[in-house]
Amino acid sequence: MISNGLRPLAAMAGWFASGAALANQYNLQEPQSIIAREIYDLHTLIMWIILGIFIVVFGAMTWSIVKHRKSVGHKAEQFHENTLVEVVWTIIPFFILIGMAYPATRTVIAMKDTSNPDITIKATGYQWKWSYDYLQEGISFYSALATPREQIEGKAPKGEHYLVEVDNPVVVPVGKKVRIITTANDVIHSWWVPALGIKQDAIPGFVRDTWFKADRPGTYRGQCAELCGKDHGFMPIVVEAVAPEQYAAWVAGQKKQMAAAAVDPAKQWTLDELKAHGAKIYAGNCVACHQQTGMGVPKVFPALSGSKIVNGPKDAQLQLVLNGKPGTAMAPFKHLSDADVAAVVTYTRNNWANKVGDMVAPAEVKALRK
Amino acid sequence: MQAAHAHTGHGHDAHAPHYTGMMRWITTTNHKDIGTLYLVFALSMFFVGGLLALMLRAELFQPGLQFWSPEFFNQLTTMHGLIMVFGAIMPAFVGFANWQIPMMIGAPDMAFARMNNWSFWLLPPAATLLVASFFVPGGATAAGWTIYAPLSTQMGPGMDLAIFALHIMGASSIMGSINIVTTILNMRAPGMTMMKMPLFVWTWLITAYLLIAVMPVLAGAVTMLLTDRHFGTHFFNAAGGGDPVLFQHIFWFFGHPEVYIMILPGFGIVSQIVPTFSRKPLFGYSSMVYATASIAILSFIVWAHHMFTVGMPASAQLFFMYATMLIAIPTGVKVFNWIATMWRGSMTFETPMLFACGFIFVFSMGGFTGLVLAITPVDIQLQDTYYVVAHFHYVLVAGSLFAIFGGTYYWLPKWIGRMYDETLGKWHFWLSMIFFNVTFFPMHFTGLAGLPRRVPDYNLQFADFNMISTIGAFGFGIAQLIFVYVLVKAIRGAGEKVGERVWDGAHGLEWTLPSPPPHHTFETPPVVK
Repeated sequence: MISNGLRPLAAMAGWFASGAALANQYNLQEPQSIIAREIYDLHTLIMWIILGIFIVVFGAMTWSIVKHRKSVGHKAEQFHENTLVEVVWTIIPFFILIGMAYPATRTVIAMKDTSNPDITIKATGYQWKWSYDYLQEGISFYSALATPREQIEGKAPKGEHYLVEVDNPVVVPVGKKVRIITTANDVIHSWWVPALGIKQDAIPGFVRDTWFKADRPGTYRGQCAELCGKDHGFMPIVVEAVAPEQYAAWVAGQKKQMAAAAVDPAKQWTLDELKAHGAKIYAGNCVACHQQTGMGVPKVFPALSGSKIVNGPKDAQLQLVLNGKPGTAMAPFKHLSDADVAAVVTYTRNNWANKVGDMVAPAEVKALRK
Repeated sequence: MQAAHAHTGHGHDAHAPHYTGMMRWITTTNHKDIGTLYLVFALSMFFVGGLLALMLRAELFQPGLQFWSPEFFNQLTTMHGLIMVFGAIMPAFVGFANWQIPMMIGAPDMAFARMNNWSFWLLPPAATLLVASFFVPGGATAAGWTIYAPLSTQMGPGMDLAIFALHIMGASSIMGSINIVTTILNMRAPGMTMMKMPLFVWTWLITAYLLIAVMPVLAGAVTMLLTDRHFGTHFFNAAGGGDPVLFQHIFWFFGHPEVYIMILPGFGIVSQIVPTFSRKPLFGYSSMVYATASIAILSFIVWAHHMFTVGMPASAQLFFMYATMLIAIPTGVKVFNWIATMWRGSMTFETPMLFACGFIFVFSMGGFTGLVLAITPVDIQLQDTYYVVAHFHYVLVAGSLFAIFGGTYYWLPKWIGRMYDETLGKWHFWLSMIFFNVTFFPMHFTGLAGLPRRVPDYNLQFADFNMISTIGAFGFGIAQLIFVYVLVKAIRGAGEKVGERVWDGAHGLEWTLPSPPPHHTFETPPVVK
């Protein structure tokens, strides 16, 4: 925390800054967690120091430009070199830096302390959405951008939460320490919620962690903060902090939903059921590149309609979907369930110009995973 | 001393270029010609990179996707960065090195004149590869100029072309740097001790060492990327036992000294201009030398401040925070020295001095935001946001680019023997200064408020500032046409002829030579007292 002497100054600065913030247009977002608050205050402190240095240094420079010019008749003195002055203006900045480094050090250490969390959530970055696994509660879901395409294309007016709204937000209880574990499925992403003061890179094949504790109920929005491909700007994060009772109710509701949606692995699918389910999976996972029309983007993302692979042997296509194609943007999709993979492959083989006529059973997908 | 007769450049065998026309430029081993080649190349690449910037800013004029697909937008941002860094800024500074270093130290040419030619001529093919990458299947690489793995392993053949181009440009830089170090250490005129060299020469000596140290590291990083892409290695792939973060470490070990490579010669140029137009010696010559050397040495131990969010331990975050903050000290010392040089001088504000003062003022603002970013907890909020974009454009545009403009106006009359149009020069300065700030100042706010970088679209709360930035960008771009006009007008001979000491406060060996200097100068070294 800012030392006592500076607190009134920082508070004044904070008031001034928030007054001028105009819905956070000029400053960091309103802090909603202890760490966010510490970061906000640190930034305010540094801004005051910088402002002070700026005024002194550029005041001197401006004075000189005005007064020490040939056009007002000033004659040039020829002094140069002064060791004492050089030493003084090296030492003073050094002490100013120490003044900044001390509170910063405490915040760095505090940000790293992820011990004893109340709940732990794993956030996995995908191209281009997030999935969340609540490790103790045993619930999981995907969270993708909910802004309709028409808004992005300018065919409909943009909503207030344009590009920062999702279908399934991360719900957390207020006042409880939430540990976020990050990883990724394909490339590096980064999980960032500014109001909570939290940003952690999500690195494929590795786990990292960080934590936050939301002070107040509210909806906190963030975005992916590491370039991850074409839809990097279209995979936001929404955290809803609610009272603990509400959180418990939400968890219970999620569990019920998951049970209802869970597909019986022994279910015998019909072709139509697979195609219908597959259409949904396609819309949620494949359409970004291969497009609604199945025609892809010429020279960039291959067309599925009329594709040799899609019209060829099932196994080859399934392998591609499960394992991706290294060296291209086709990521592995083995995280989808057997039924989901079976459905989407069946859908592609029987849609658009493709009329292969066969279907894939979930068991076939399971067999290929070995 | 130097033979004082004026030259017309032809007729007198020992002094004229050996060929005329295209062949002259292709085969030249003359440091003045090669300097010109670098500068013309840099100017062309500046406009290519600038066009890409205007294209991406056009998309960002309003929320929504109007012009480009998101994948093409990422190609624009990536190539804007690569072309500006490797095609515009770095070659421009090498152009100044070539023109000025031999004249400033009383040497007849660079140490390795033929290798100098090769160093330049590698660049146009490299630039062609880079621009051609837009036209291969998949387009140019869209992984950001930082080309992090594993995103860059996913990219199409455009990435391979960029890797090849980077290798070639790296080779050019390394050869050029070897040349510069050897020339400066071995070919100074008698009496010119190291501590009597002009500061521009010092900054280039130090920059050349940095280049030799880190360009091979970039080569390593992009080669590992190439083999991961095509030859079955797994350096950056966890499934094979590798680590994506390794790429970041290697890249930034190059990348951080790289940004100092792009500013130190600028410091040198400003250190030549300010004393001249203050009519007063540089305040603390030895401090400036030590400060430059300190910055260079410190630049090797701060790289992970670009990586504060990857998940390194707190001890590492703290080390890199402290080391990064330390760089503020020698940088501050330099700013204070420039102001002390101006203090109680007798200043006039011709265009070079405008750019130098503008540099000090606006580069320092970039330095302040760099200090903000050095503080790890604050950086964690600001990393990958527009605040970072603002910071580096302040130091690279208002820093490096303004120094390049200042140096051009300062030395152009020497190079061509005629004064440029001072009124137009001033227009160029003021329009650049104003539109630069209109473009980039609002980015501090959007970054703080939460706008990530490298996105083609954004929430409505960021719309106003983005519109302002786009308008500023177009204004800045148009202002650069004035610069081209000034150059063309001056080179075509419109201005008045100038004598040896173009600026009355200028000191140094280059100001003892005729303007324009003969094709070969200081064939007999001058004696420096």
